[in-house]
Amino acid sequence: MDCYTANWNPLGDSAFYRKYELYSMDWDLKEELRDCLVAAAPYGGPIALLRNPWRKEKAASVRPMLEIYSASGVPLVSLLWKSGPVVSMGWSAEEELLCVQEDGAVLVYGLHGDFRRHFSMGNEVLQNRVLDARIFHTELGSGVAILTGAHRFTLSANVGDLKLRRMPEVPGLQSAPSCWTTLFQERVAHILLAVGPDLYLLDHATCSVVTPPGLPPGVTSFLQMAVSFTYRHLALFTDTGYIWMGTASFTDKLCEFNCNIRAPPKQMVWCTRPRSKERAVVVAWERRLMVVGNAPESIQFVLDEDSYLVPELDGVRIFSRNTHEFLHEVPVTSEEIFKIASMAPGALLLEAQKEYEVQQKDVSDEDVARAINQKLGDTPGVSYSDIAARAYGCGRTELAIKLLEYEPRSGEQVPLLLKMKRSKLALSKAIESGDTDLVFTVLLHLKNELNRGDFFMTLRNQPMALSLYRQFCKHQELETLKDLYNQDDNHQELGSFHLRASYAAEERIEGRVAALQIAADAFYKAKNEFAAKATEDQMRLLRLQRRLEDELGGQFLDLSLHDTVTTLIVGGHNKRAEQLSRDFRIPDKRLWWLKLTALADLEDWEELEKFSKSKKSPIGYLPFVEICMKQHNKYEAKKYASRVGPEQKVKALLLVGDVAQAADVAIEHRSEAELSLVLSHCTGASDGATADKIQRARTQAQKK
Amino acid sequence: MAAHLSYGRVNLNVLREAVRRELREFLDKCAGSKAIVWDEYLTGPFGLIAQYSLLKEHEVEKMFTLKGSRLPPADVKNIIFFVRPRLELMDIIAENVLSEDRRGPTRDFHILFVPRRSLLCEQRLKDLGVLGSFIHREEYSLDLIPFDGDLLSMESEGAFKDCYLEGDQTSLYHAAKGMMTLQALYGTIPQIFGKGECARQVANMMIRMKREFTGSQNSIFPVFDNLLLIDRNVDLLTPLATQLTYEGLIDEIYGIQNSYVKLPPEKFAPKKQGDGGKELPTEAKKLQLNSAEELYAEIRDKNFNAVGSVLSKKAKIISAAFEERHNAKTVGEIKQFVSQLPHMQAARGSLANHTSIAELIKDVTTSEDFFDKLTVEQEFMSGIDTDKVNNYIEDCIAQKHPLIKVLRLVCLQSVCNSGLKQKVLDYYKREILQTYGYEHILTLHNLEKAGLLKPQTGARNSYPTIRKTLRLWMDDVNEQNPTDISYVYSGYAPLSVRLAQLLSRPGWRSIEEVLRILPGPHFEERQPLPTGLQKKRQPGENRVTLIFFLGGVTFAEIAALRFLSQLEDGGTEYVIATTKLMNGTSWIEALMEKPF
Repeated sequence: MDCYTANWNPLGDSAFYRKYELYSMDWDLKEELRDCLVAAAPYGGPIALLRNPWRKEKAASVRPMLEIYSASGVPLVSLLWKSGPVVSMGWSAEEELLCVQEDGAVLVYGLHGDFRRHFSMGNEVLQNRVLDARIFHTELGSGVAILTGAHRFTLSANVGDLKLRRMPEVPGLQSAPSCWTTLFQERVAHILLAVGPDLYLLDHATCSVVTPPGLPPGVTSFLQMAVSFTYRHLALFTDTGYIWMGTASFTDKLCEFNCNIRAPPKQMVWCTRPRSKERAVVVAWERRLMVVGNAPESIQFVLDEDSYLVPELDGVRIFSRNTHEFLHEVPVTSEEIFKIASMAPGALLLEAQKEYEVQQKDVSDEDVARAINQKLGDTPGVSYSDIAARAYGCGRTELAIKLLEYEPRSGEQVPLLLKMKRSKLALSKAIESGDTDLVFTVLLHLKNELNRGDFFMTLRNQPMALSLYRQFCKHQELETLKDLYNQDDNHQELGSFHLRASYAAEERIEGRVAALQIAADAFYKAKNEFAAKATEDQMRLLRLQRRLEDELGGQFLDLSLHDTVTTLIVGGHNKRAEQLSRDFRIPDKRLWWLKLTALADLEDWEELEKFSKSKKSPIGYLPFVEICMKQHNKYEAKKYASRVGPEQKVKALLLVGDVAQAADVAIEHRSEAELSLVLSHCTGASDGATADKIQRARTQAQKK
Repeated sequence: MAAHLSYGRVNLNVLREAVRRELREFLDKCAGSKAIVWDEYLTGPFGLIAQYSLLKEHEVEKMFTLKGSRLPPADVKNIIFFVRPRLELMDIIAENVLSEDRRGPTRDFHILFVPRRSLLCEQRLKDLGVLGSFIHREEYSLDLIPFDGDLLSMESEGAFKDCYLEGDQTSLYHAAKGMMTLQALYGTIPQIFGKGECARQVANMMIRMKREFTGSQNSIFPVFDNLLLIDRNVDLLTPLATQLTYEGLIDEIYGIQNSYVKLPPEKFAPKKQGDGGKELPTEAKKLQLNSAEELYAEIRDKNFNAVGSVLSKKAKIISAAFEERHNAKTVGEIKQFVSQLPHMQAARGSLANHTSIAELIKDVTTSEDFFDKLTVEQEFMSGIDTDKVNNYIEDCIAQKHPLIKVLRLVCLQSVCNSGLKQKVLDYYKREILQTYGYEHILTLHNLEKAGLLKPQTGARNSYPTIRKTLRLWMDDVNEQNPTDISYVYSGYAPLSVRLAQLLSRPGWRSIEEVLRILPGPHFEERQPLPTGLQKKRQPGENRVTLIFFLGGVTFAEIAALRFLSQLEDGGTEYVIATTKLMNGTSWIEALMEKPF
């Protein structure tokens, strides 16, 4: 399935290796793999497990179970082991399970646990017992080799045509070999074993010492050996952490590698394939997997779990409690297809497959989408929305949606989602993008698609969209805006809405007042008493203005309260002005300013004077001076200047141009600020004397 | 052509050239003679990108303003609408196109959306039955317009209101897009800092947009070291205060629009002897203000009180230079003098203009009312009497001073007091409604929604803490030779700029407490760079910070940042970007509602 180059690991200059999952294992193992005898049939065949209680010192109290699983861990059979202790198991080429017992008996079972037959590896074994056994495959068939307690080997090259061969003795052998394997040369099976620094090759008749060419000195022991699937190559792992790789005939060394790990590997197997570019072995320790070959660097993987390696014709299978993986050299053809910017026919075919996969009917959408994503990744120029559009074209809406998840550009996601009538999903995608135009577009779709209630409900859950839609309504659909506020019980905004309406929509005064009344009610509901009261005041004012227009003529409507009072004063309707300002509780200070300004505008100086004497001015008399001067009436201004309080007296006198008297007051106040203010006004020719006077006062002040 | 854009640390002419190229390419797509129909709002900003000459070179023969009903007659092959993506404009365009169709010989129609094409608008055109009439419908991503060598603006007037009042983040999306354009030209900005809700949004969008472009790796060496995004609502105070720099005051009093100002013409009457000044010009004097003008570049950011002395010094230098002609004896000397003449005359013209402007401003700043207003502002900002009804404001209302002036002051008081006591707030509101009209209750609501005006809620006034920690009020201000940014408001140091200053040194960690009081989150994001593009700063080399004001920036703030850039041991140079160049008046005006 997976052929994307992300998991390609280079080994040397020429070859890539990759490891990927074949299956996640269905089995539910109670045991650790390391506590079991394991036998996996080649060519991806079944796996047999037998808990190996005999390995422990104590005698078994419970009988173990023999379990057979498919390669993906589907249990095929499990049966109680009633026979003797088993040393080793293996599968024959016919997929029969061979269980080699300690006593040299080999029990043969079928794939489904059916007992087929049994045979013995010789009487000699009965005394010495089997220490170790191997099941191996050659062109002659499946064979069994055993190592006995007397450190002797017996083998049968073909269990289908049982002929036992007792191998010659290794001279002076006192202990079991550190490692051994079967070889197959010139249609004859041999045994290769390592004892200390020496390697011995046993055939039917002879025992010869062999020396691997180019093996560096200093090796005191071989910890592991591996022969390739085709028996052509041999690898040796020494106690110095050195790996020798060469021909199984010991004629040539292919390469060597020093992994600097002295711990004995759990397993070592060849990883090659027909027409391999590279010859490599895979070495496994408890938590580490290493691929080494003719390259200065190895490829390393971490093993998360206790794992078991199965050499295959074209690579290595690795299974554990949870997964079943395949590790192999990337074939040349794959390389041609997947290497960057390849135009090889296979690469073009992949494009076609992508299309095909989209059209596949029997795989879940999720899987197809993921598979396509794994193939394409975030490759620049790949448009997931294009592929999704194609999927939709094939009637696979769900797949299209899954594919769109991989599209990073929301601008591309949204239109297709809309086309597929997934408007709500489109809405969240649009909001995510921040592109308000996109959000608007989806909103208008939703509006047509859903009934009003559902539409509003959708908006309610998306505040950003709701705000935008309100904006839209403000300019395009005022009535909808009102409904939106109503739905949310947003009385404050409803109040504002009706306020606006009273100005914009209503011509007649009754209509305006009615709209204001609704606004005021809404403000009360919003607990905004101030706004409610202000709105009621406005209603009151409107009615009053209408009456004033009726009774007095002229223009009153839409004037502010302040301007209404001013207009009344200017029109000589002082009583009404008084009444109005009392009704609306205009503060005294502002009322004085208002009257002052109105009377000065009228240039009704007599009335102004009367007003100024009506009571003590709450704003003082400087404003009177200022306003008269603004109207260029110095005569009137002077009347008020005398009434200005001491704090502002200098300012007032200066305003009416009485520099000399201003100087006197300033001197009297002994205020430096006032003195300099007056001095800055001494500009006229006649002010010379005053200026001198001030200077004298200053000097005097300094003396004191 | 726009040399002043390339004076700064970052050559903004690159951006200008890029957008000009894009414009030319679009114009050339519509082969043959053309007329442009303008969304009027766009003409100002476009003027900064391309003069009429550029358009003319590309066969633009006529220009109209977008209006309802029929287009004026024009004998051209193409009619191109340059518009913002707004529905109401689509309605007008449709009207234009439909009446044109009835007229006879068909022309080719095109639309250029600025800054972004809009599905919503195209749908509207479709509904109106005219979408098919357009041959080219394209977008012109003019987000950030270069105004000066260190200044970019989106000139999006509604940005603040839309974001903070209406919850419409369109302008933030454009801001993020603008930042992507900028990064495409000036490299990925490795570090993003921000304060405020909108800042967070823009940063998020930028990061998202970067992911959308995974394919194309930006291989430009980064010019900006970092980006600081800052929300206007983090600092509501600064724009409310009256700016006291030369440029700030020009803007406060006359309003600068797209770098142009219109001034009363009287002071600019040509002074010819014997003419007696019979004919005074009646049309406003329009001047462009930017750093292309040497004198303006020198005085724009000074406190206005320091401008006079510069002008008189300049006057002496220039008249001395003109006096030189008497010393020119030999042909060579005369020749040299003559060769300098154009430059000298330009300088003299510039000096005359600014002397006139300074006189106009002085008339305002020396008025008693200006003094009183400033006194009140400064009292508020330094924390005096912020919690009771202010006499001056009361008198302003009673005398019906311009409403915006009153609102600015009341808002300033509210901000400087972390909200007003309910009684005080209601009093002001009532006074305003009675005096200026009840309809302004909508404006007041808007100001409240934006947080400019608010009742004090339970919690104590946090402004003094902010003021003290950030040293917002400085008693000893040197207006002539400033040593601190507070010179731009004669005592008040703009909060926004102080935040930038503290970020650069010693870092925001020192002011965590205040940052928590100010609204919105503060954050830092990194945009990883390929190792080849990582910058190794030379010792003594300044960082370049792009500071983006979301919701607007004032000229005084810009002046303060330029002051920091010029500090010898400042360590940071700033390029300023904003959604809108604004001042307190234009800001409040945009928040006002006029129902009739």
